[in-house]
Amino acid sequence: MHEEVIISGFGGQGALFAGQLLTYAGLAEGRHVSWIPSYGPEMRGGTAHCTVIISDEPIGSPIIYRPTSCIVLNPPSFEKYEPLVKPGGYLIVNSSLVRQKSARTDITVVEVPANDLAYEIGNVRVANLVLLGALLGINPFVKLESVIQALEEHVPEQRPAYH
Amino acid sequence: MSAKMLMKGNEAIAESAIRAGCQAYFGYPITPQTEVLEYMSRRMPQLGRVFLQAESELAAVNMLYGAACAGVRAMTSTSSPGFSLMQEGISYIACSMVPAVVVNVMRGGPGLGNIQPAQADYSQMTKGGGHGDYKVLTLAPSTIQELVDHVGLAFDLADKYRQIVFVIADGMLGQMMEPVELPEMRELRSPPAWALTGAKGRPKNIITSLYLNAPELEKINQQLQAVFRRIEADEVRYETYLLDDADIAIVAYGTAARIARTAIRRAREAGIRVGLFRPITVYPFPYEALGEVAGRVQEMLVVEMSAGQMLEDVRIATCCQVPIRFFGKMGGIVPLPEDILAEIEAITQGKPALVAREGA
Amino acid sequence: MAEAEKLERVVFSRPKALSDTTTHYCPGCIHGIVHRLIAEAIDELGIQERTIGIAPVGCSVLAYHYFDVDFAEAAHGRAPAMATGLKRVQPDKIVFTYQGDGDLAAIGTNEIIHAVNRGENITTFFINNAIYGMTGGQMAPTTLPGQVTTSTPFGRDVRAAGYPLRVCEMVATLSGAAYVVRRTAINPREIRRLKKAILTAFKVQMAGLGYSLVEVVSNCPTNWGMTPIESLEWIEKNMLPYYPLGDFKVAEGVENL
Repeated sequence: MHEEVIISGFGGQGALFAGQLLTYAGLAEGRHVSWIPSYGPEMRGGTAHCTVIISDEPIGSPIIYRPTSCIVLNPPSFEKYEPLVKPGGYLIVNSSLVRQKSARTDITVVEVPANDLAYEIGNVRVANLVLLGALLGINPFVKLESVIQALEEHVPEQRPAYH
Repeated sequence: MSAKMLMKGNEAIAESAIRAGCQAYFGYPITPQTEVLEYMSRRMPQLGRVFLQAESELAAVNMLYGAACAGVRAMTSTSSPGFSLMQEGISYIACSMVPAVVVNVMRGGPGLGNIQPAQADYSQMTKGGGHGDYKVLTLAPSTIQELVDHVGLAFDLADKYRQIVFVIADGMLGQMMEPVELPEMRELRSPPAWALTGAKGRPKNIITSLYLNAPELEKINQQLQAVFRRIEADEVRYETYLLDDADIAIVAYGTAARIARTAIRRAREAGIRVGLFRPITVYPFPYEALGEVAGRVQEMLVVEMSAGQMLEDVRIATCCQVPIRFFGKMGGIVPLPEDILAEIEAITQGKPALVAREGA
Repeated sequence: MAEAEKLERVVFSRPKALSDTTTHYCPGCIHGIVHRLIAEAIDELGIQERTIGIAPVGCSVLAYHYFDVDFAEAAHGRAPAMATGLKRVQPDKIVFTYQGDGDLAAIGTNEIIHAVNRGENITTFFINNAIYGMTGGQMAPTTLPGQVTTSTPFGRDVRAAGYPLRVCEMVATLSGAAYVVRRTAINPREIRRLKKAILTAFKVQMAGLGYSLVEVVSNCPTNWGMTPIESLEWIEKNMLPYYPLGDFKVAEGVENL
């Protein structure tokens, strides 16, 4: 198996963390894995994305431009990545924020009102994980249990308050 | 839990240095290596070791020089513009013959450039970089595991030759996460006899790079050159991949090499006999081994994230025995396996190079 | 020899911390006095075996030959950074830098400011003679307005070349500074006061109180084009009005040392 995933959203939406969880899950399942973030001058508000590769063979480039699976958390990410998903691939759209519709017929598009669902669960910050769950529901290239295990082991450190 | 853990390249550099017995780290924030500094700022004080955020890379490298003179394992890390600032101190350290480690997580240049991955400091790192006749043993990791291994090795080699040692990485290796196995924590080594620790019960030690008397400086230079000859004789490292039956040899190091591997696998699937020659030390460059490869392949393809800096070493190594094609990406663009595959296919179809350079 | 010892008493000798060698300094240069005073202080404090000096780039570039303690030679202006590295990894050692005005107040301004500001527990002896001596008499950051040098042939024009930098006044404002004083060595009284300041500076470091800096308003008979005596008079007449002697920072606890 070889899965190339891009997760993209506003800085602060947890795109990078969701990608790390996925990577840990792949590692726990004995695959070759890589994770690489976009990194730029923006700290908050800018678009941040990460690329996760989970594969049975050693990973050459951790950077890819045409994902086989893609999660878009915000409208700019939709605009950027919707055309790039590989034919036969999966596009998971946060429909709470993304109003655009995909016209593509060669990929599977799943719209999930992730912010609303997260809000209902009681924590709007887990919209990223709602979308990750949706992706693995339709394309289970790692087990959900592995992700849950990763979540338990790698809850992100809170950024310390500098005041 | 798996024995392997997922680590970001920059954090792996820091933790590996700590485990190799690095007692002092000095740095200055610069993307894409800042996580090394941040990691050190947390871990070093926990261990009672020295962390200091310097006022500039110029100061950082001279703090490194000071700590190295005290005979402890010490390191700094930076990215390209900061590395340029460090050249002064590096030249002094090289002449003074004190061991130290510098990691350069390269980014796009010249000038302020950008913060994306690049390999455009190759010449600066392998040919001297600062003023005077010196070279610096430079390790070129291509995975995060290798980054861990090379940082530890860099400290050992620095001690072995009493020289500064570089690790040449780039923004991709610094930023990406991959599974790694970390080495055990090593004992701190005690200061060697030459260190500036106070002249107690021994004559004073002097560490200098000043030799006003020309014959004396010539002698120092000869000593340095002798060290470099030993390094060139004993420390050449490289790796080959699917090269035994290859008609085409790709030559690449670091990030470019790992991307080339994927392209090679795909080309092999299409029946093209292509392999990889990967320098692991870029100084000393594996001239001899690559020269031998040149005698048995039809063509070489040099892949770099630069305008062709290692290409010059490949030319020296191959002595015009074989046509050399060059594929380079600049300005922080990372080549895709598809790009390299297209170059390989172009060779097999006898097409002119997409990004070609004269020569060979 | 034994007989001679009975008849003669040693009243003056070379300090242990000063090497038995000839310096390359010009006749009449104050470097020699300052070197001796530092060596005397090292002897008196009993710190020779744990002192590490750092030489600058400038006339005192070869200072490591003249002191009998461990020594490093720094890049131009970087002595405080190098001292920081040496001291941080071995805080029990006594680390001092010896720097001229070009080294400290031009190319090394960044390093000195930040080392002082961090309160590095090191000592700097700053020799200010208002000129680049080693390179042959060019304008220094501390060259006085109107002063003729080989790179200000018409006198330092402050509109073009800026104003002389008063280092003590500047670094004394920094919280990390514990002891910042300006002295000179133009007569025995000033030399005694300088010696006391050097002793205090080392004591400040030994007590871990922070950065200590002793500026010495100095001369350059060769490049000033004067006899040694004239150069001392020139210091008094021209330099001291611009660089007044005094204590610019004496932190709490220093007076009790």
